Amino acid sequence: MTIYTPIIGLETHIELATQTKMFCRCPAEYFNAPPNTSVCPVCLGLPGAMPVANAQAIEWTILLGLALNCTITTRSFFERKHYFYPDLPKGYQISQYQSPLCENGSLTLPESNVTIPIRRIHLEEDTGKLLHGSSKNNSLIDFNRSGVPLVEVVTEPAISDSRIAAEYLQTLQKYVQYLGISDADMEKGSMRCEPNISLKSPSDKGLPQYKVEVKNINSFKFVRKAIDFELKRQTSILQKNEIPLQETRRYMEANGSTASMRQKEEAHDYRYMPEPDIPPVVINQDQFNSLKKRVETVELPNKRLKTLVNMQIKREDALLLVDDKYLGDFLLEIVQLCTKEEKQSGFIQKLVNYLVNKKISHTLSKHEFYAKAKTLSKPVETDMASLKNYIANAIENNKVAVSDYKLGSLNAINAIVGSIMKESKGSFQAKIVLDELKKVLR
Amino acid sequence: MKLHHLSIAQLRMMLLKKQISKKEVFKYFQSRIQKLNPTVNAILTETEETETMDDVTLPLYGIPFSMKDTYLTKGIRTTAGSRILKDYIPQYDATVYTKLKNSGAILIGKSNCDAWGHGSSTENSDFGPVKNPWNNAYVAGGSSGGSAASVISGMSMFDIGEDTGGSIRLPSSFCSTVGLKVSYGLTSRYGCIAYASSLDTVGPIGKSVEDVAIILEIIAGNDLLDATSVRHKIPKYTRTLRDKKNGLVIGLPKEYFKNSLTPSVAKKIQETIAVYKEMGIAFKEVSLSLTDYAIAAYYLLATSEASSNLARYDSVRFGNDRSVFGEEAKRRMMLGAFTLSAGYYDAYYIKATKIRSLIKQEFDTVFKEVDLLLAPTSPTPAFKLGEKINDPLQMYLSDIFTIPTNIAGIPALSVPCGLSEDTKLPVGFQLLGPAFSEELILQTAYRYENAVGGFLKFNAA
Ligand SMILES: [Zn+2]
Repeated sequence: MTIYTPIIGLETHIELATQTKMFCRCPAEYFNAPPNTSVCPVCLGLPGAMPVANAQAIEWTILLGLALNCTITTRSFFERKHYFYPDLPKGYQISQYQSPLCENGSLTLPESNVTIPIRRIHLEEDTGKLLHGSSKNNSLIDFNRSGVPLVEVVTEPAISDSRIAAEYLQTLQKYVQYLGISDADMEKGSMRCEPNISLKSPSDKGLPQYKVEVKNINSFKFVRKAIDFELKRQTSILQKNEIPLQETRRYMEANGSTASMRQKEEAHDYRYMPEPDIPPVVINQDQFNSLKKRVETVELPNKRLKTLVNMQIKREDALLLVDDKYLGDFLLEIVQLCTKEEKQSGFIQKLVNYLVNKKISHTLSKHEFYAKAKTLSKPVETDMASLKNYIANAIENNKVAVSDYKLGSLNAINAIVGSIMKESKGSFQAKIVLDELKKVLR
Repeated sequence: MKLHHLSIAQLRMMLLKKQISKKEVFKYFQSRIQKLNPTVNAILTETEETETMDDVTLPLYGIPFSMKDTYLTKGIRTTAGSRILKDYIPQYDATVYTKLKNSGAILIGKSNCDAWGHGSSTENSDFGPVKNPWNNAYVAGGSSGGSAASVISGMSMFDIGEDTGGSIRLPSSFCSTVGLKVSYGLTSRYGCIAYASSLDTVGPIGKSVEDVAIILEIIAGNDLLDATSVRHKIPKYTRTLRDKKNGLVIGLPKEYFKNSLTPSVAKKIQETIAVYKEMGIAFKEVSLSLTDYAIAAYYLLATSEASSNLARYDSVRFGNDRSVFGEEAKRRMMLGAFTLSAGYYDAYYIKATKIRSLIKQEFDTVFKEVDLLLAPTSPTPAFKLGEKINDPLQMYLSDIFTIPTNIAGIPALSVPCGLSEDTKLPVGFQLLGPAFSEELILQTAYRYENAVGGFLKFNAA
């Protein structure tokens, strides 16, 4: 049987969480806003309106590029990508083609330790949204999303399976969240992913002569499912000595399959043209240096993982903490309160345990959490005189339970321990109370 | 009293001294439109007198003006000369309109033009051609034909035209107005319906050099809504207008004086040179060897951008589907889309941008030798209506002397220099200067205007 090698590349769109849109000063946050309330002449593409590029969006894209080890283009420009679609009011999208802001980067995945080469990162504007089915004879357009800054991260076709693809996306999402440039929420649509999938036959010299793009994927789980489905589908076609069609397919959530959307014979000639209304974006050395410094001050996921592991935290816990930036931040704040001795005596792992299994509430302040963790972890010096007092009282007040215990009921002695714990407001360790009680009742 | 023969400064003085009211002025020009426009067809939409700030100290207080119908005016129909937008009511104002309103000027009408600015005769307007006020059998030039025609015939005190390849200067030369194509970026394009964004410029058309200087001072400068607008400080053009630069040297580009120049125009240009020589200004022949390539580069760059800029006009938003576009717009969109297509982009678009760079460099070199350049605005005076409409290439060649300035992004002013001997129609010359040399250009034109005792007045009606 022929062995086919999966060739997978990922195109990921991420909406930046800037205050304003990419080319106008409308608010960029449109989630749950009533349709067409966050619009102006520019993002509606009215005659005469002109785009002015959002400097913060440009900076944030470069931050992401630097975090992903990219080369930054010092003189980049925007271009017009032409196609007709009702959600695109100008008849073109302002994007970047010849000179993306960032190129030739990489991202190393923490679990598999695979390094994914990044081909390019560019900046563009999002389109409006079509709303179908509100009535039989019309479709509606909501332009709130039109012009929201959109970063596109494109990998080389170097991903070998769906597990790595999902890990890449999760890692990229973390990077974006750690940089604070987007919430990168796949369900909300602020992060969208389109895999390009093909299979290389042993006879193929370069890349396979076809490629299938899958759209409409809104979770990491579905990315895996879509890729696995495609690999199976394409394998069966190749095994019949046929070549899969070059096409765009839609992921079908209902049954985890893909269905054809459009074939590449209909591929667009986008007639790219430099955007004459926006001067070239020039990044001088000073700007570059200050952005570089900013990235270095952010503890990115890979660096945080290293920090955590170096603190003698178990790797699987460390990964968990990297995954939840809030939890990780909280832990590191508490660690700063710890003494040198605590740091060396495995106390940090205990903190992690309390955090991960929620033994101590996350809603406490870092000081409260730290204090509670200390009491929980430290064997308390038992005040034996006081304990003996509590025991004597408990025997006096629980005569039935005492006699039950003497008749052999273990539940009974546990009930007495419980009452002592309650009376003493937990000042003793339960184990010590039990041992001491047994001694007394023996 | 012929108010339309007054300069802006004179009319403003009358208003200031309350010798006439704002309302009376508006009524006067309104009646000029009612009288002349049925024949000339310079104004597409007449506007009502709008409420303006009652502040007589405003620089344009009570001055009625017209504006090419490519500028968005909130609540006032704006068509760009095309049936696609025949019922389009804008939701916002162009920056240039806002600036003029804030200076006290009152919009009296929107001027007719070639649809989308595509043309050299205003015969491509979907609302009928503009007729030359001096002789109705002739064209007024284009694409801002209605602008020049309304100003010279006294339907408005001044007009804001738009110049992409000569659209302000050609009609100015054909109608005897002073028309300024500004340096690219000197004035905001925000709210101007784009023809070719990298070449479009917003500039004034007036009856005198001083009028043009007054308007320029108001409309020039940075606009946060136009990222291509200049950041530097704008000179006070009216204050330096009377200055005379010592040792001024004007270049005569020999390529502009070759065979395509008709003798009647050549004669007027020679007379102009003689006027300047009398003042002691030196002339020097120079060469702009790439002039012939400018028109080719222009029709690749401009049509590419036009095909892109016109992509938004569909029936979903504007109520008229794309078959409603006129012949010339379709021709330019086809040409532009072809130029940008995969496989042709490098051979046409990229090559044209290279020519653009070379033309810029050539102008830079020449301006190391001379301060300004003097050349005819057009090879011919106004031609007859219908004469070139079926021959697009001949029509395109009307702009042969104006296009290179747009390609280079430099300023040029078209100045009237009398009537042609044969057809008795106006002729204009243009003064070209390095980028942002409007001050020197206006000063130099002003010296000519004074030397010849002012420009022709339109007395026919
Ligand atoms: Zn907007």
